[in-house]
Amino acid sequence: MTETAIQVDGLRKSYGQLEAVRGVSFAVSRGEVFGLLGPNGAGKTTTVEILEGYRERSGGEVTVLGFDPASRDRELRSRVGIVLQSSGFYPRATVREAVAHFGAAYPRPRDPQETIALVGLEGKEDTRAGQLSGGQQRRLDLALALVGDPELIFLDEPTTGFDPAARRAAWEVIRSLRGLGKTILLTTHYLDEAQALSDRVAIVKDGLIVAEGPPSELSSRRSSYLVSYQDNGHRVELETEDPTELLHRLTGEALARGSRLEGLSVSRPTLEDVYLELTAQHEGEAE
Amino acid sequence: MSTAVLTWRQFRFERKLFWRNPSAAFFNFTLPFLFLILIASVFGADRKELNTLIPGIAGMSVLGTTFTALAYTFVFNREQGILKRIRGTPMPPLAYFGGVIASAVANAAVQVTLIVVIGHVFYDVSWPQDYLELVVFVVLGVIAFGSLGIAFANAIPNFDAAAAYVNAVFLPVIFISGVFYSTDSMPRLLKAIAVALPLKHVIDGLSGAIVTGTGIGGHLTALAVVAGWAVAGLFLTVRYFRWD
Repeated sequence: MTETAIQVDGLRKSYGQLEAVRGVSFAVSRGEVFGLLGPNGAGKTTTVEILEGYRERSGGEVTVLGFDPASRDRELRSRVGIVLQSSGFYPRATVREAVAHFGAAYPRPRDPQETIALVGLEGKEDTRAGQLSGGQQRRLDLALALVGDPELIFLDEPTTGFDPAARRAAWEVIRSLRGLGKTILLTTHYLDEAQALSDRVAIVKDGLIVAEGPPSELSSRRSSYLVSYQDNGHRVELETEDPTELLHRLTGEALARGSRLEGLSVSRPTLEDVYLELTAQHEGEAE
Repeated sequence: MSTAVLTWRQFRFERKLFWRNPSAAFFNFTLPFLFLILIASVFGADRKELNTLIPGIAGMSVLGTTFTALAYTFVFNREQGILKRIRGTPMPPLAYFGGVIASAVANAAVQVTLIVVIGHVFYDVSWPQDYLELVVFVVLGVIAFGSLGIAFANAIPNFDAAAAYVNAVFLPVIFISGVFYSTDSMPRLLKAIAVALPLKHVIDGLSGAIVTGTGIGGHLTALAVVAGWAVAGLFLTVRYFRWD
């Protein structure tokens, strides 16, 4: 039986009149990478900040590594690493000093130099945090979250503002953490990131989870296939639940005419298609 | 690591970073002396005026190194997200506050010492008459001003506004509290305000310690007022502290 790292049941959070989270439930197993996906303002960060112990919930039950995060237990904080959406550094402390300083608060810290190497900041040890580039600061963020050697890591939009190469590098770090058996809760609004890294994703929209499952299953849940081809310079796109029959008919007609189906392709919906469909649907319902 | 060790580490870390900002460190240390030298020479201060000025500048130093410095530090660290980051780690808040405040105390102690030494060496003001009273008023002043500074940081919206907020308190307070001249000849209303605030009482206590040697017994009211502000400052800090 897999152990549960995070259990969320009917979580609610209101700010005055506004209900930012309206009854969210999900569970994350140990060793799993779980992605919370959704547009800005969907309630992802509010949910994660409740799990991190930064905010108090208005309703529902939450357990993180067996603790209620609202109790702000020191043991829980020593087993969790947090990458916040916005970085917080002492601008005049060097990379090495910052990593060593924050590491000292943990019972079993990782070696600072090893942590710096893990996130790819070798050669920047003596650079002050204020002089690092945006992407390097994000890596320092990750180093400060990892220096305590946590079991559970929260990553709130860890690659926002990265160039493609830096994103790939960050993905490799996250995959290697998964390889070490760490549990990771990732929030992102990049679909490819969620698809590439997560064992399971939940799509959040307007404070509710609108879909949940492994990225591949989520994409295949939508039953239709997209068949497209060129006809006299026009692109024809057909959706079908049974591509076998449709293709048989199309190719049969083409052969009978003695023409060809130029640029014929059959594609499965990607997570992006599912995401756009689901989030659009809910916008429609709200109106 | 224990809270005590982490407090010490935080203190060491704060000291290191303090000296990495040389211009701030320089002004922090020289401003009181600049005031002292300028006022003493421009007004050709006599013995009686110097006996007012030295404890006054010492009191201003305690205010500047604690109230002003901690208000800036906490607004900056809140805006930078440093406070939020610390809150997400197992660092005990007590160790963090302890280290930061100890760093401010170190600055206050160094400045008061330098002012007493400069006063004696260059202006022929006597060595302190009552060291116990000196320490008691510096320590109580640090607690009152320091906690009021951290509490005040909660009211300051962002770092850009911090200088305006802090100076709106710091400047009027030093002018009415007898830093540069005796409060005896001030208008009654200003005097009443000064008497209600803690700085005048810290200066009275320092004056007793350095100049007159009347002893703590002669300044029990001053002690009570400063202690009252210390309690108020600690309450406001704990009650309204904002981590982000």
